[in-house]
Amino acid sequence: MSNLVKFRIDKTECMAEAGKYIVEAAKENGIYIPTLCNMPGVKPQGACRICTVRINNRLMTACTTPIADGMEIEMDIPELNDLRKAIVEMLFVSGNHFCPACEKSGDCELQALAYRYQMFVPRFPYEFPQKEVDASSTRIIKDQNRCIFCKRCIKSVKDEQGRSYFAFRHRGHKLEVVLDKELGMSMSEEKAEQAMQSCPVGSILVKEKGFSKPIGKRKFDHSPIGSDIKL
Amino acid sequence: MSKPIVATTSLAGCFGCHMSILDIDDRILKLIELVEFNKSPINDIKTFTKEVDIGIIEGGCCNSENVEVLKEFRKHCKILISLGECAIMGGLPALRNGIPIEECLHEAYIGGPTVQLNKEKILPNDDELPMLLDKVYPCHEIVKIDYFLPGCPPRADLIWEALVALITGDPMKLPYEVVKFD
Amino acid sequence: MKDTVKQILKRYGNDKTRLMDILIDIQESSGFISGEAIAEIAHAVGLSQVDVEQTLSFYHFLSTKPRGKYAIYLNDSPVALMFGRDAVRMTFEKEAGIKFGQVTEDGLIGLFDTACIGMNDQEPAAIINNRVFTRLTPYRVREIVKHMREGKDVEALMNESYGDGKNQLPSLRAMVSSNIRRKGMVLTDDYEMGTVIKSKLPHLSPEGVIAEMKHSHIRGRGGAGFPTGLKWEFCRRSKGEKRYVICNADEGEPGTFKDRVILTEKPELVFEGMAIAGYAIGSDEGLLYLRYEYRYMKDYLNEVLENMRQQNLLGKKIAGIEGFDFDIRIQFGAGAYVCGEESALLESLEGKRGEPRDKPPFPVEKGYLGKPTIVNNVETFGTAVKIILHGGEWFTQFGTEDSTGTKILSISGDCMFPGVYEVDWGFNVTDMLDMVGAWEVQAVQVGGPSGTLIGPEEFHRTLGYHDLSTGGSMIIFGPQRNLLKDVVHNFMKFFIEESCGSCSTCRNMSQMMTRKLEKILNGKGVPKDLYELKSWSAVLQASRCGLGQTAANPIVSSLKNFPSLYEDLLQKDKDFDEGFDLEAAVKDSCDFVKRVPNLNHH
Repeated sequence: MSNLVKFRIDKTECMAEAGKYIVEAAKENGIYIPTLCNMPGVKPQGACRICTVRINNRLMTACTTPIADGMEIEMDIPELNDLRKAIVEMLFVSGNHFCPACEKSGDCELQALAYRYQMFVPRFPYEFPQKEVDASSTRIIKDQNRCIFCKRCIKSVKDEQGRSYFAFRHRGHKLEVVLDKELGMSMSEEKAEQAMQSCPVGSILVKEKGFSKPIGKRKFDHSPIGSDIKL
Repeated sequence: MSKPIVATTSLAGCFGCHMSILDIDDRILKLIELVEFNKSPINDIKTFTKEVDIGIIEGGCCNSENVEVLKEFRKHCKILISLGECAIMGGLPALRNGIPIEECLHEAYIGGPTVQLNKEKILPNDDELPMLLDKVYPCHEIVKIDYFLPGCPPRADLIWEALVALITGDPMKLPYEVVKFD
Repeated sequence: MKDTVKQILKRYGNDKTRLMDILIDIQESSGFISGEAIAEIAHAVGLSQVDVEQTLSFYHFLSTKPRGKYAIYLNDSPVALMFGRDAVRMTFEKEAGIKFGQVTEDGLIGLFDTACIGMNDQEPAAIINNRVFTRLTPYRVREIVKHMREGKDVEALMNESYGDGKNQLPSLRAMVSSNIRRKGMVLTDDYEMGTVIKSKLPHLSPEGVIAEMKHSHIRGRGGAGFPTGLKWEFCRRSKGEKRYVICNADEGEPGTFKDRVILTEKPELVFEGMAIAGYAIGSDEGLLYLRYEYRYMKDYLNEVLENMRQQNLLGKKIAGIEGFDFDIRIQFGAGAYVCGEESALLESLEGKRGEPRDKPPFPVEKGYLGKPTIVNNVETFGTAVKIILHGGEWFTQFGTEDSTGTKILSISGDCMFPGVYEVDWGFNVTDMLDMVGAWEVQAVQVGGPSGTLIGPEEFHRTLGYHDLSTGGSMIIFGPQRNLLKDVVHNFMKFFIEESCGSCSTCRNMSQMMTRKLEKILNGKGVPKDLYELKSWSAVLQASRCGLGQTAANPIVSSLKNFPSLYEDLLQKDKDFDEGFDLEAAVKDSCDFVKRVPNLNHH
């Protein structure tokens, strides 16, 4: 209780418990800091860099940086909003994101961020990389075209022994998130569902399930991502 | 002052974006008052008969004819708009972009499950036919595009807002719901 | 084979934090790591198979496919290219009958490119089954491949004399030369191993050691320049039963090789420095994280460690000081530049992918296995011994106010005497060029690809943390070099290859900027491209680690200091060109349907 500290995000005076990650602390104060790879209950990854804020002239990820007393955080400023938009655009061009044909369209967090930042066209050239679709699991499809390497599935989907169903393969521009062949074959229905839920985009899909919600009823059809965060 | 002139075309698209233009409903009467149409499938004028203020492009470029038409538009239009996902990023036709062109042609004309009549395994190669590109290109990777209106198709309200804004110079009103990629 | 894998697993107690050792040992015993081996490891250490592969596939020298009885890794740095790499590469391909990236059908020879192996002063060089072959020529390549076909041992392929200095020792026997060309306080031979431990530490408290370090104002020699004394103090103050001393010998910055030379000629000094650090922060365990490229030093360094143990400079109750226990283990990397970043190095030490960690927490609070840890460069530890020997005050008389002491430089490229030079900080570039015999110089790459490329108008600048900061890599380019094509492009490819891929920014941006550079090199550039290169590069600042943040430096610094190199390549009459080429775009489809492209159809 006594651990409350004061800090500021842009012009707003805020209070939160010391040591909380900035993203969470901001949320408690009704401020939305956009995230993509962050996931409640999982150690933050700092992978997508969307939540980048500026503290003391240094760029920091708000999902991994704990709040400290007197912190002055620059968040909603043109320079950083353009950076976030650039990252979203980069994620679009570096994969194959065909929104009109995607099961997750309307519920996709990447797309929702693109809407929020009014991406009309990415500033970067489309790469159209060659990617595989892995449908070998009995339960799920892993579509590499849509993967944004957020690590959410890697960090959150584990079996009873704590083993990961998903992991990175290779590095850098050749990076992939792959499903364990063995574990993928014995996946339960709940695990498959959990895996799909963990994916912010449409890269993990439960087989024979898709387009279940009509246009107009999907998560981001009527209000931008983050609009649920208010005091 | 004479009315601004508009031209439209559909390249590698499905005409859905053109349908969405028509979806502005009764505002189309207002539109006709505001602008004059030149080359466009809407009035069936096949070639440019005058210089145009606003060119609207649906679809990306999947073959040499698309490229030629697009360049023609760039030459005759002061402003070019990429209308819809296909013009902006290739859209559904670009689903072939990861697949080698040989495989695509083979699937379409020789080995695909719907190929029944092509017993001689002829691949279309008449000199009059457009030549297929190695991938479907977004329009702005071939010519300079001035504005982009996303959507599959772009919402009619978005098209209307954008055209009115361009013609009148008034700022665009963009409610959250009108900018969507699907 | 299953038994071998089991034995190796047993050797490391089925400990998943020793996964690097497990994988390296299997790779070395079988030439690759098979699917069965992966399953076996996964089962034994309690990971999913995909999780084992996650680590394996991160490292350049680990492979799931056989790499050949003789696996040849030919260095791909700009300096290798400058000194005839192309001819060597082509001869290898011709003699082996395969391309780089392939293995001969009989499984005898594999050819692979590899990033700078720390031999820039004796290029072209290659690593063949962990032995380094320097100064390669087409003739030597023909001879080597011939001997391989005859089934000779790798040792027997090294028919040249061994290098200078300790490279000739029986436990080293390396063709590598140390090329020490200027000695200072660190490289001097005027020091007897263990003097500080035996004669200074008994009279100096751990706090006293830290006080001397702080007083000396020494900053980290790896490049980042954090004050070493402060780092040690923070670590000592961090709560925890166990603390670690890590020596960063990952030396991956292209063009740097001074750590290789220090570890060859003065390893005792480095180990003694680590022990002093252990004494100062209250640690009993040190690890030397050594890049796999220097695997040839394994036996030699272990011998040095053993010798130090026998003299009670390592082990229990060192120099008779109660409670001063300290020992050192060597942990090898497996080919990943990013592991030179201290938190990535820690991840790798723990048997994982070398992905940098987000900070805070800093390693001094939560480092190796979550325990307070200091990570310092090879040179820093070596220098620390001299600071404690003579005192912090003495040390400050060398160098400048902001950058005290000496710096060991790795100098290579177009000069008469490439090699290792120890100079006082504050040395200027002109003096440096005169020192090494570089007569005509177009540019100098200071601090490797992540540093800056400077031209003659900046040669008055001095080396130091306040001006030209460098971890030690200095590459000199003569007027005959094509900087954009042979240097900048090569460095950008290096960053693409070495990105861990975790941050969206670094994973994608270096690739996109390189494509744009290639477009300009292909004569398709327009003025807008230069503006975009500059503005896009800002995105990289949001990356987690130094690699990502500096991954555009080759382009950014050459664009700033050599703008005309770019401007001269731009199309004068165009303001739009995204590089679309109709002729190239229709070629494949026309070939396939057998028609002649008609590019002016109507």
